[in-house]
Amino acid sequence: MSLYALQKLLYELNRDPRVQDEFAANREAMLARYRLSDQEADAVRSDDIGLLYILGVNGQILMHFAAWRGLAWDQYIQAMKDALAKHGQVRGGIYAAVDGGEGGAV
Amino acid sequence: MSLVFAGIMSHGPGMRARADRADPAVRDPFFATLDRLRERLEESRPDALMVIAAEHFANFFMNNMPPYCVGMAEDYDGPIEDPEWLRIPRRTVPGNADLSRRIIGKVMERVDVAYAEEWKFDHGIMVPLSFLTPGFDLPVIPANINCQGPPLTPLTRAYEFGRAVRAACDAVPERIALIGTGGISHWPATPNSGKINVDWDREFLGRWTRNDRAALTSYTDEETLRDAGQGGFEIRTLVAVAGACDGSSGDVWFCEPIPIFATSGFAAVMNLDEQAAAKAA
Repeated sequence: MSLYALQKLLYELNRDPRVQDEFAANREAMLARYRLSDQEADAVRSDDIGLLYILGVNGQILMHFAAWRGLAWDQYIQAMKDALAKHGQVRGGIYAAVDGGEGGAV
Repeated sequence: MSLVFAGIMSHGPGMRARADRADPAVRDPFFATLDRLRERLEESRPDALMVIAAEHFANFFMNNMPPYCVGMAEDYDGPIEDPEWLRIPRRTVPGNADLSRRIIGKVMERVDVAYAEEWKFDHGIMVPLSFLTPGFDLPVIPANINCQGPPLTPLTRAYEFGRAVRAACDAVPERIALIGTGGISHWPATPNSGKINVDWDREFLGRWTRNDRAALTSYTDEETLRDAGQGGFEIRTLVAVAGACDGSSGDVWFCEPIPIFATSGFAAVMNLDEQAAAKAA
């Protein structure tokens, strides 16, 4: 259930500037409203885009979120590659890495 | 009237966001092809453009995910992405709520669809519009097929959805242009972004131009995931356009891998006149 909640938080952040404002002003209160694991909440708190990828956040949600958090394209791709090396394969969803995460257009 | 134009094209955000990083030897002829596509669209004098897209969680989430949804709003805002990142300024795009309502009503006679009076466009619609209607002035009727959150609608149903869209377009007096947009093979938003299976793409487009319904709808999701990545699930949008042009065949105008766009850049059209000529004969 918590991957669903994590993705819902990012989905709502991605599409609604008012939710983004609340996130900036009162992040902890907002996180408390979603049933996140400690690891998921920490990944959001620390903008750990790579770990969010490994936890299974849908790539399209995460790509938009990473852009909103200010990651340049190459930083975003590299964050996923680094997290794959550190944590191993993606744990849920349909965006698993292939070929050991090699290749890509960076 | 009916359909006056039907085509398909890629929509990767990189086509705008990272256009400067693409190899000009491939990018320039691709963009020139999209200019031709825009000219063909304009020559068809459409009253509205229906876009069959595979959105990426701009509007629909797993709390209530429609397999098919058609927009029914007066206008639409987009992009939801950071406009600086996508390099498409945020704006309001006109819709046509009355035309949407009539089309949805007709589609519902054959296929169950959801409708939405609110809809925010993401790159999946904004990127194609930025090439095809750069003034963002043609009324748009957005349609979405869920290609992200399994279970996904079967390809055979996507083809049927297209046939229902065609019947609806045949039943209204307006001139409707139709564009389907989605990647073919790609592994977007993963560490492998830029991996492309161009042989698979060309095989798919061959089936599409022949409008070979059986071949187009024979891919299983397991095969697609293995050979074309999770991005390949978006072929549903392209299959739907083939369904809307059942009885017509088409031409591929461009298909070359452009890794920084995460997909092959492609454009193809269906030749609707053939069908009209056959009917008249």
